[in-house]
Amino acid sequence: MSQRIHDTRRSKQIRRDRLGRGLIALAAGLVLAIMLLIIVDLVAGGASVLSWEFLTAMPRARLTAGGILPCIVGTIAVTLVTTLFAIPFGLATAIYLNEYARDTWGTRLIRLAIRNLAGVPSIVYGIFGVALFVNGLSLGTSIISAGLTLGLLTIPWTITASEEALRSVPPAWREASLALGASRWKTIRSIVLPRAVPGIITGGILGITRAAGETAPLLFTGAAFSLPGLPQSVFEPFMALPYHIYVLATQHEKINAVRPLAYGTALVLIGMILALSLVAIIIRARLRKRHGGASL
Amino acid sequence: MLTMPKPSDQAAPDGIQLPAITVRNFSFYYGSNRVLHDISLRIPRNEVTALIGPSGCGKSTFLRSINRMNDLIAGTRSEGEIIVGDAEIHTPATDIVSLRRTVGMVFQRSNPFPKSIAENITYGPRLWGIRDRWQLDQIVEETLRQVGLWEEVRDRLGASALALSGGQQQRLCIARAIAVKPEILLMDEPASALDPIATRRIEELILELKERFTIVIVTHNMQQAARISDRTAFFYLGEVVEYDTTRTIFTNPRQARTEDYVTGRFG
Ligand SMILES: Nc1ncnc2c1ncn2[C@@H]1O[C@H](COP(=O)(O)OP(=O)(O)O)[C@@H](O)[C@H]1O
Ligand SMILES: [Mg+2]
Repeated sequence: MSQRIHDTRRSKQIRRDRLGRGLIALAAGLVLAIMLLIIVDLVAGGASVLSWEFLTAMPRARLTAGGILPCIVGTIAVTLVTTLFAIPFGLATAIYLNEYARDTWGTRLIRLAIRNLAGVPSIVYGIFGVALFVNGLSLGTSIISAGLTLGLLTIPWTITASEEALRSVPPAWREASLALGASRWKTIRSIVLPRAVPGIITGGILGITRAAGETAPLLFTGAAFSLPGLPQSVFEPFMALPYHIYVLATQHEKINAVRPLAYGTALVLIGMILALSLVAIIIRARLRKRHGGASL
Repeated sequence: MLTMPKPSDQAAPDGIQLPAITVRNFSFYYGSNRVLHDISLRIPRNEVTALIGPSGCGKSTFLRSINRMNDLIAGTRSEGEIIVGDAEIHTPATDIVSLRRTVGMVFQRSNPFPKSIAENITYGPRLWGIRDRWQLDQIVEETLRQVGLWEEVRDRLGASALALSGGQQQRLCIARAIAVKPEILLMDEPASALDPIATRRIEELILELKERFTIVIVTHNMQQAARISDRTAFFYLGEVVEYDTTRTIFTNPRQARTEDYVTGRFG
């Protein structure tokens, strides 16, 4: 008995175990520290410029004064286009792959393509967006071209999120519905989707927050250095938060003078993205509660 | 498919005059793996027919061939015929939707939808176009009474079905299946996940339901088969070794293998 308790091999194992756990905790702590550092740095550099005017006014004096309203409006508008394009498209593809397609050569190829699309650098999407939307479909440099380009970039993520959500719905419910004589589509609408929607929305929004912060795809598809007024339709160019940060931080003639403005803009962008993530979390919690927590 | 009944059919050597289901030379394949071999039998109306046999011998596959649930699996194929009522069901022209309305199914693990108790029951009738509130309420009450669940849940019809106990959930699933008024009920080990008391209630329910439905039930519980079924088919390695009245199968089987199985010498 005491032999076992004092077994040196075992205590060595326990020590190694503790070391491993310590390293993992350290890595997790480091992530938190890095995130806090970023936020502290942004607040220190940009909090001074935050004001009601900063959020609601047009920029003045060659972007050195006034607010960033057109950038906020532009980013929201582009993100909306991205959402309206990427979530339905991603969901439709996921429904096809998960509910209808059989495991064939063709569907395996589609899955491979999706995985590779997720790894394509965003600047490449930008160039593709020019070819397809700006020139090909003659949408010009505009909110819609930029939103669709970001949509393409997001689709692999919305597909993956939707597929995961669909897969989490127990097959037994589909069988029960089909055995009652329901069609596949009826089963998807009445049984599968209500259950999968929280996951689809959460995953979709997380993909979209990623797109909302992208700069490269906006460069040639519609983002403008500076515009005299707000865009009047989705077919006009726009200003956007990430591109504005890029402009202020690297392209401006008085880089040091506008540095606080760049930081302030970054704070607003981060704030918007955090707000979106929060919305995703709240929607998920709400829908989870409504549809009951238990599953098979 | 319109062949004249053969004389031997009319003589009904198995004593079944108007079968609910007629199976002729039926074989089934998963890919190239043949799991049912040339099965022929006739299942009588308003009786309970039990399918017994060691696991993996094809009972579920056979059961799921009767409402074509195997269609969901890629690469499956069948030969021979299964006639429900007077229609061969494995033809391209078969209306699967009305087949499944005629042939209901209860699964091994209870699988109520994550909806309210009432919605679980009205799901089927709604599919068939019944929208009238009053009529749906009638169906809910009627079917819950039939499965003996009405008194237990009458004041929480709007509560989630997932909050019910395992036995109640399985009875709700039976109610859901009979709410569309099928003629045949297929049950795949419906009580295997339940405790003895809940099992007993399901068995009593099955005996009540056979007044109105033809029941085909898979069970690996010999006592259960003996208690509730009128006829028993013993499956072994994808073949029906013996099919007869339950009394004969359990007291006087013709095949040695059947006797070995029902007396628990293998399986
Ligand atoms: N979806 C499937 N794909 C391939 N083979 C299957 C599938 N389902 C069952 N089988 C095979 O068919 C045979 C019969 O299975 P099953 O009908 O489930 O038997 P039982 O219900 O008697 O246990 C088994 O050998 C099993 O491995
Ligand atoms: Mg089985």
